[in-house]
Amino acid sequence: MTVREKLRQKISAGFYWHGLLCASYPVPIILFTAVCILTCCYPLLKLPLPGTGPVEFTTGVRDYMVPPQEPSGDPGERPDWYRGPPVAYIQQVLVKAAVSPWDNRLVPVDAFRSPLGRVFSLLDEIRNHVHSDSSGVRSLEALCLQVTDLLPGLRRMQALLPEHGCLLVSPGNYWQNQRELFDSDPDLLRTVQQYEPKGLHTSATLKDLLFGVHGKQTGVSLNSRNRVVTYTITMALRHYDVRFLGSLRSRLKQLHPSANCSLREEHMVHVHFKEEIGVAELIPLVTTYIILFAYIYFSTRKIDMVKSKWGLALAAVVTVLSSLLMSVGLCTLFGLTPTLNGGEIFPYLVVVIGLENVLVLTKSVVSTPVDLEVKLRIAQGLSNESWSIMKNMATELCIILIGYFTLVPAIQEFCLFAVVGLVSDFFLQMLFFTTVLSIDIRRMELADLNRRLPAEAGMPPAKPGPLRPRETPPPPRPSPHTITLQTPAFRNLRLPKRLRVVYFLARTRLAQRIIMAGTVIWIGILLYTDPAGLRTYLAAQVSEQSPLGGAGLPHLAVAPVFPGGDPTGTLNVLPQADPTPALSENLSQGHAPPGISWGPEDEEGWRRLSYRHWPSFFSYYNITLAKRYISILPVIPVTFHVTPREALETRHPQDTRHAPPLQTDPSPNALPHGAPVQTDLTLYKVAALGLAAGVLLVLLLFCLYRLLCPRNYGQNGVQHGRRRRGDLPCDDYGYSPPVSEISPLLLRGHNMDIECLASDGMLLASCCLAGQIRVWDAQTGDCLTVIPNHGLRRCSSSGGWEHRDGWDAGAVTDLETLGGAEGQDAGGAGYPVRRRAAPSRPTLFGDQPDLTALIDTSFGQQPPSQAPSASSGFDFGGLVERAYLEHEPSVSPVFSAPPPQPVQRRRSLGDQPMAPTDWDSAVWALELRGNLIAAGRSSGKLEVCLWDAVEGSLRCSNEDGVSGITALAFLNNRIVAARLNGSLDFFTVDINKPLGLLQYRGGPGRGSMPPSPCYSSDDVISCQLTRSVQCAHQKPITVLRAAAGRVVTGSQDHTVRVYRLEDSCCLFTLQGHSGGITAIYIDQTMVLASGGQDGAICLWDVLTGSRVSHVYGHRGDVTSLVCTTSCVISSGLDDLICIWDRSTGIKLYSIQQVLGCGASFGVISDSLLVTGGQGCVSFWDLNFGDLLQTVYLGASSEGQGVRQLVVLDNAAIVCDFGSELSLVYVPSVLEKLD
Amino acid sequence: PGEAVPPRQGSYNAAIADQTANLAIRGLLLFLIGVFLALVLNLLQVQRNVTLFPPDGFASIFSSAWWVPPCCGTASAVIGLLYPCIDRLLGEPHKFKREWSSVMRCVAVFVGINHASAKVDFANNVQLSLTLAALSIGLWWTFDRSCSGLGLGFAIAFLATLTTQLLVYNGLFQYTSPDFLYVRSWLPCIFFAGVITMGSIGRQLAMYEYKVVQEKTHQD
Repeated sequence: MTVREKLRQKISAGFYWHGLLCASYPVPIILFTAVCILTCCYPLLKLPLPGTGPVEFTTGVRDYMVPPQEPSGDPGERPDWYRGPPVAYIQQVLVKAAVSPWDNRLVPVDAFRSPLGRVFSLLDEIRNHVHSDSSGVRSLEALCLQVTDLLPGLRRMQALLPEHGCLLVSPGNYWQNQRELFDSDPDLLRTVQQYEPKGLHTSATLKDLLFGVHGKQTGVSLNSRNRVVTYTITMALRHYDVRFLGSLRSRLKQLHPSANCSLREEHMVHVHFKEEIGVAELIPLVTTYIILFAYIYFSTRKIDMVKSKWGLALAAVVTVLSSLLMSVGLCTLFGLTPTLNGGEIFPYLVVVIGLENVLVLTKSVVSTPVDLEVKLRIAQGLSNESWSIMKNMATELCIILIGYFTLVPAIQEFCLFAVVGLVSDFFLQMLFFTTVLSIDIRRMELADLNRRLPAEAGMPPAKPGPLRPRETPPPPRPSPHTITLQTPAFRNLRLPKRLRVVYFLARTRLAQRIIMAGTVIWIGILLYTDPAGLRTYLAAQVSEQSPLGGAGLPHLAVAPVFPGGDPTGTLNVLPQADPTPALSENLSQGHAPPGISWGPEDEEGWRRLSYRHWPSFFSYYNITLAKRYISILPVIPVTFHVTPREALETRHPQDTRHAPPLQTDPSPNALPHGAPVQTDLTLYKVAALGLAAGVLLVLLLFCLYRLLCPRNYGQNGVQHGRRRRGDLPCDDYGYSPPVSEISPLLLRGHNMDIECLASDGMLLASCCLAGQIRVWDAQTGDCLTVIPNHGLRRCSSSGGWEHRDGWDAGAVTDLETLGGAEGQDAGGAGYPVRRRAAPSRPTLFGDQPDLTALIDTSFGQQPPSQAPSASSGFDFGGLVERAYLEHEPSVSPVFSAPPPQPVQRRRSLGDQPMAPTDWDSAVWALELRGNLIAAGRSSGKLEVCLWDAVEGSLRCSNEDGVSGITALAFLNNRIVAARLNGSLDFFTVDINKPLGLLQYRGGPGRGSMPPSPCYSSDDVISCQLTRSVQCAHQKPITVLRAAAGRVVTGSQDHTVRVYRLEDSCCLFTLQGHSGGITAIYIDQTMVLASGGQDGAICLWDVLTGSRVSHVYGHRGDVTSLVCTTSCVISSGLDDLICIWDRSTGIKLYSIQQVLGCGASFGVISDSLLVTGGQGCVSFWDLNFGDLLQTVYLGASSEGQGVRQLVVLDNAAIVCDFGSELSLVYVPSVLEKLD
Repeated sequence: PGEAVPPRQGSYNAAIADQTANLAIRGLLLFLIGVFLALVLNLLQVQRNVTLFPPDGFASIFSSAWWVPPCCGTASAVIGLLYPCIDRLLGEPHKFKREWSSVMRCVAVFVGINHASAKVDFANNVQLSLTLAALSIGLWWTFDRSCSGLGLGFAIAFLATLTTQLLVYNGLFQYTSPDFLYVRSWLPCIFFAGVITMGSIGRQLAMYEYKVVQEKTHQD
């Protein structure tokens, strides 16, 4: 045990120092590793490229010797496969036959019937050829390759291919080498064609096999151009006998002389075939690779908690791959040539080596304490896992060692590879991956640091006071922290990884370029090494397609032998001559037949065959050519001339039936058409196939696109680029989301920054620092009412009121008179107004009282500049006066109950402006329900004021309080006010509708509103304090929310309290935060969430008062909270919006906000989130975190951040930009809602 | 596999219906995997005697009797459902290396064993069978390590070998290689490795259901 412990300690210490080293010098270590990898991979350059084309080697015929089995001597000259005897020697007898001269009586079939018929006599000659000399008598039977059996799958070809005996094939095989069958065959073409496979095919066909030349060259067709029939008799020889072959050659040449034949017969070509992988063999291979990739995928998916998952996954894969390459390279270096098929064993090697170590390392490093230095984290993580890594390594080595002793060569080789691979993998893990990991961890810490800085920069002195300044002025642009300039970059962080990769690929066109470069390099290498005879093939193709065509060359060869003709003269003439039979007939009367000519291309006619011709030929007899070679001997040329008479004699009675009328007239124009038609047909086939492949590819790409980008960006009739303003958030990736035709309505009018916003869906009330309240129509953006601050009266004394009247040009009314005169109205009690998420958090700013004074002065001086037009406004004065007079008697009994009302009333009646002290206050809280606005004020004497939102008249007020109202909640007919001293007041709004009431209202009719408030201007509204909870909290109440019959308060004293609305009874005191409560969310479904200054978010069960979950989400205060059915969205002072899974409390993702806009977000539907930014609002898909759209709100607000954001019922979004409001009505958002 | 009883039985019908559907899906998945592996591995075995150019590539996929892949599929479905079930009967679910990457590794090793048995030339059959047996036991040790897995593996391998031999004796089934000893040494190890692999897949699939059930009980 002690030894083990000691060992363990030593290993741990070693790993610790190693980790320190890696984290300290990352770049040199990575460079060193790269050099190592490259050095070890260098020997791989010598390995052959994976190409399956055959390789050729040419030797002379004269001094040919069968190469020895063992390689000897100069290896540079001979390829290493050229060893031992070949599988077979291929001897071809190339026959060219033509009927000449062509006769008009002849039908097209005659062009090949009798020439083909000659094959039988020729076969007999070859078979019966016997060479006898001093060493004995030899015949073909003795030399040729004896075959025994066709493959069982080839029963169809049984009749056509020789089943036993000599492997000797010719077109005669079609007719079982029997002349009688040939003669009695009524339709030769059909016999030949019936064995051809239908459709496109690339491998060797039977016709190619038997004719031995390419199908187009045979000339066996009804519309052959030059009526020369070409075919070969192919024999495969087991032994090479110079004398026999020489005698056969001379005999055939003597019997059938080929005039003007200038074939060089001195080269023998050895063709080596590599192993070819068939489809069937590929399937298991592909399967193993699929499994391998699945393994890699599932492994790398586990990497977590790092800066770049993709980067680390890539590093892991690179580690494994390069360790394999290194092991192959090292094995090659030490002379262990890999005989195994690398591609086959590769997946197993990867599986053996595995990615486990890498994952274990990552996990261990990540789980070290975050506050440590990066170096120490790496070192600790390494040393923690050192023992298990070493143990695993030892185990694997042991297993491999056992495998090595199985003494099976293949397994031994595999084990050898695996050992080297394991060692090199360990090396790379320790040096390469650890270093990459350290870089990654460092990046992550930097990013964390960056994220922390703005939060601290934004609110340096804010923390100490219990009440943070409510209104932070827009953050100073040239902030000492330059981090703020990087806001676009922060935005980009939010894009999903998937899209970022796609954008990156799209921007750099990386894939395209890599593929292009790869293809070019590949083709270049192939051409350079020329394994498949590509060059000759290309040359042949070019010559075939050149305008001179196949006809031009033969004539060139023929030309010099014309008797008496001037060679140069004919040369000049002939190439231009149209190679029609008529012309050639004229030229060559009584001389050499027209078409038959021997050119250099006949020398190696087999080259034009498919390169799988020979392998498939031999595979029919179960002889494999893989990794073996055949030797192709020079062809023996044979020429037949058939006279027309002979052709007529051999004609079959039915042949004439096939004669097309056109062909009987061999006009110069008619004939040359046939061949191109045939070749074109293949062309069309290829084109059609290409087209189909293209369509398929497009469909595939489309599907891929739909998979990758499921959102329909371009739809909804949105057009690009029409409304381009500034930089779009995704510009860095070359992709810009479409800017739709959303024109925000700007609501202007406030002179100071807006601090309170309230809305009930139809109306919108805003209050600025100056205390002026404006009511807007949320649909049209019209300003309905302006309720000025009463402080104005004080400042601008008597003249101020008239100024105000005209200046606002709206329905400004004399509040004093109205407020007193209208008195209390009556009406229906309950407003079925559903409370919506109202992110406008009315925070307080008691620290800045002097600001209000400042506002007041500037406000007072402005009116003269605006033209006073008192008459344009709707004059309520008279109406109100009358109303007051008429209803005065009915009011008085109601007033007796609430104590504050008489005070108010007295003032109003006295026609005096109120005492300045009463109104020297700012509105701290604002609520709007139906037509009623409730405003909580800050000053020493506090009141709840109710205004008629449309007419701007003060309906009632309550001045009980002594402490500033920090928060208000207006639910049904109850108003709850939270005060600075921690007390909580419950008010009831009673609405009494007096009988026999006259309707005075002529103003904007609001009857169409669905949740229309059920009172009119002449109802009597009273506001009674029903209960006051004096010590609701020990410290100021910061948040107040009401929903579902519950009132929830959050306070600086770290607790949350839940009250019942009806009887203001405290149900629960929820404790769990370690800081003041800053945000609360509750909705109809009784979901309660709270966030505190400690950055924690708690979810509570309202029914039991128990804490459901508790997460730490933010550095600094949680500023706003919203819950949807599936998730919780929180924002914090760190300008981060975090989205949490509601049931598990797992953070799904986060959105980095622009500095100062942290708290501005709203939820439009369950899947749509809207956030405010610098002069813009962005829409996000809540479920996936995708940025859907960014809407810019206008040039003037470019630089300003959205500080508050309210979502209305009709999906309009109101943002607060300093002194103006923006009303964004998003049509596409409505569609999303459906 | 009717004995696959849902773990938290029937508080309400929806859950049962849900679990039945889950079971069916699992069975189908396992069946498909089994068929696929049978086809591919059969191809590997066929290729042992095939030359450079098999006459037609795709036909050789189906070169064995038509009923072999469905049988393998059914067997793998049964095994894959049996394993988690037995785990449940014995107590808690199998916890060792329960992740997809490990399962993938297991499948890869299984294919590798087949590959080795098909492609590597062994000196004699004893060597082949010993190597394969060592590999199979190694597979079990690396990815399973449960006694139930080992027992079930042995039992099923024995049964399957017996069945195959009976089929061969009755002439219903034939091997490309007539060597009787070769067949006998080769078959049980492959069966054993296959059982372990399918059991691993089945357990991993059952893991999902287990998690879902757990979550549900949480929510309820």
